[in-house]
Amino acid sequence: MRLELGKIKIKDVQFGDTTKVENGTLYVNKQEVINLIMEDEHIKSVDVDLAKPGEETRITPVKDVIEPRVKVEGPGGVFPGVINKVTTVGTGRTHVLSGAAVVTCGKIVGFQEGIIDMSGPGAEYTPFSKTYNICLVIEPVEGLKQHEYETAARMAGLKAASFIGKAGVSVQPDEIEVFETKPLLESIAQYPNLPKVGYVYMLQTQGLLHDTYVYGVDAKKIVPTILYPTEVMDGAILSGNCVSACDKNTTYHHQNNPIIHDLYEKHGKELNFVGVIITNENVYLADKERSSNWTAKLCKFLGLDGAIISQEGFGNPDTDLIMNTRKIENEGIKTVIVTDEYAGRDGASQSLADADPKADAVVTGGNANEVIELPPMKKVIGMLDYTDKIAGGFDGSLKEDGSIVAEIQVITGATNELGFNKISATSF
Amino acid sequence: MSKIRVVHYINQFFAGIGGEEKADIKPEVREGAVGPGAALNTAFGGEAEIVATIICGDSYYNENIETAKSEILEMVKQHNPDLFIAGPAFNAGRYGVACGSISKTVKEELNIPVATAMYIENPGADMYKKDLYIVETGNSAASMRTAAPALAKLALKLAKGEEIKAPTVDGYIPRGVRKNIFTEDRGSKRAVDMMLKKLKGEEFVTEYPMPDFDNVTPNPAVKDMTKAKIALVTSGGIVPKGNPNHIESSSASKYGKYDIASFDNLTESSHETAHGGYDPVYANADADRVLPVDVLRELEKEGVIGELHKYFYTTVGNGTSVANSKQFAAEFSKELVADGVDAVILTST
Repeated sequence: MRLELGKIKIKDVQFGDTTKVENGTLYVNKQEVINLIMEDEHIKSVDVDLAKPGEETRITPVKDVIEPRVKVEGPGGVFPGVINKVTTVGTGRTHVLSGAAVVTCGKIVGFQEGIIDMSGPGAEYTPFSKTYNICLVIEPVEGLKQHEYETAARMAGLKAASFIGKAGVSVQPDEIEVFETKPLLESIAQYPNLPKVGYVYMLQTQGLLHDTYVYGVDAKKIVPTILYPTEVMDGAILSGNCVSACDKNTTYHHQNNPIIHDLYEKHGKELNFVGVIITNENVYLADKERSSNWTAKLCKFLGLDGAIISQEGFGNPDTDLIMNTRKIENEGIKTVIVTDEYAGRDGASQSLADADPKADAVVTGGNANEVIELPPMKKVIGMLDYTDKIAGGFDGSLKEDGSIVAEIQVITGATNELGFNKISATSF
Repeated sequence: MSKIRVVHYINQFFAGIGGEEKADIKPEVREGAVGPGAALNTAFGGEAEIVATIICGDSYYNENIETAKSEILEMVKQHNPDLFIAGPAFNAGRYGVACGSISKTVKEELNIPVATAMYIENPGADMYKKDLYIVETGNSAASMRTAAPALAKLALKLAKGEEIKAPTVDGYIPRGVRKNIFTEDRGSKRAVDMMLKKLKGEEFVTEYPMPDFDNVTPNPAVKDMTKAKIALVTSGGIVPKGNPNHIESSSASKYGKYDIASFDNLTESSHETAHGGYDPVYANADADRVLPVDVLRELEKEGVIGELHKYFYTTVGNGTSVANSKQFAAEFSKELVADGVDAVILTST
């Protein structure tokens, strides 16, 4: 599979009469977006607002972040099986409004949504302080259950991102990146002397409100399987979960999976990146056993020399991470794992809920329990009244002046376990 | 600015009193620097000065720990120091343990900065590295020339309240405290680079060395359930409605103990969950789903179990550190034993 990503660099976002991209500025017709979202009878109201890098703006409670993309050549459309038909994607050309993001907000669970600060110390921890954000604050109709609200908010974000992405369909990209993965036998024949490396991509599937979708399928119901890496870039995997903000993979993270990008960087030079194995993080022991058995089996079947394993969430999925690592290592395949830590606010506690001596190569996205003070912001998109209850918040987190003292766990993407950030933790 | 006042602790050997045959001498205090204190004073470069040296025999200290601690603490107090330094102890085991123990005591009792130094394999290092900054030295006094300046430097930083950098930078034995750092490369690139090194058989450094995992062996089965007093303990966050003690939704810093003597059934109006990380709808609608009081009451009536304990203990498991969990359980398991509980049913979410 060969995919060209045409990146249209977005340097500003404004409301306008038509939704379009002109000289790097994205214009959004607010009413069109509102009309699109209000098609859903589960939504009572939606407010559309803009947030730009450097502004004194706090966006919260953040549910998901999505990058606007549009398919311009090749089969299918973005978010197959959800927004477009369930065509196999990942070939041809896709245009990206690079630097823009749709941010969905709403008090869905109350304690599993995140904070994005566009400036100040909190901005250092989230990649979305650097993007031009179109924020949708979504209110549900009376009596809507949380999981129904989640579905409505998820669909609203995807619809808005696909709609805005279409503004890039006939715009000349500033940069074109090409990614290609050949069928396994051809790939091995092409690079016979390079070590074969795969990527074991663990998806959050711990239960209701902890869902990830693959081509529209709830990943709880899959057995581990193989994807071409470029399929992910076209939105084959998307987020439908409400886990702690710091280490949930938003849809944006999936679309821009940095492990896939950095493996491609070395592909054909120092390693042969042969493909992606997706697996889940179910809570039943039998599911954990089955899925980890299968990832190890598929790694062996692909003839891998090495596998990078990434996690999503923490606690219960730590067991899946360690099971995968142990079983893959037992097949004689070398592993590197990407995770994050919950070492307590003082950093003195054990970081993971499971451990194994075979997991000897670990990259960490940092200690999510570390406490940060977020100063008040001039503007709040969304609402602050839930802050004491957010995962990572505590009694008195929200001060009278609007500042927040909380764990970095509250910040969207802060300790991302795809290695999206330039952060780590070390022993002092 | 006046000089930082330092009290220095050394053993009988470094004070020049004698070796093993003098290891039982009681603590004594001398004005000014003694033995290695001179090298520390030089290394302070005029910023600090040893005002008194306390000398104690290694055997005396280790065989009379409590008495020795209080005697020495009194001597330290009398000199009103800003900083306390012990050692360097190099690879002298009992001296290292004494340095660690007295430094920890001074830090906790007098609330002043403390620093010590020893060889990494000195048993005192393992015992006290979590509590103290211990400068890493060579294994014999031959390394005093480098050890004294390193100890003086770190001690000065502590006394001045300066930021202590990573162990590799500031030369101390890692304390096992995890701190976040910003890095040159993003995590994914670090992972790919680590993979390439691992594949080539080159040396690589893991960012998180795996701990030895603590496995708990289950107790033998209860012989006669019909006579057993059963308690319920949960990490599923079930609390009386309104969460009276404000147990956090994640990273809990406390647990609750609540009376269920008057409940046959938990309802939407009596109980709820404080737990983040799972859809609370079903737990809030009927908390028995997480904390099965209703079923245990039935079993109690049927005589399957002896009785259900009057109290349940609860916390939130979501992101709660192992250290906190251990501490909670250490406290309430004593109460459970004292209350004559024979077995505990632990439920999660």
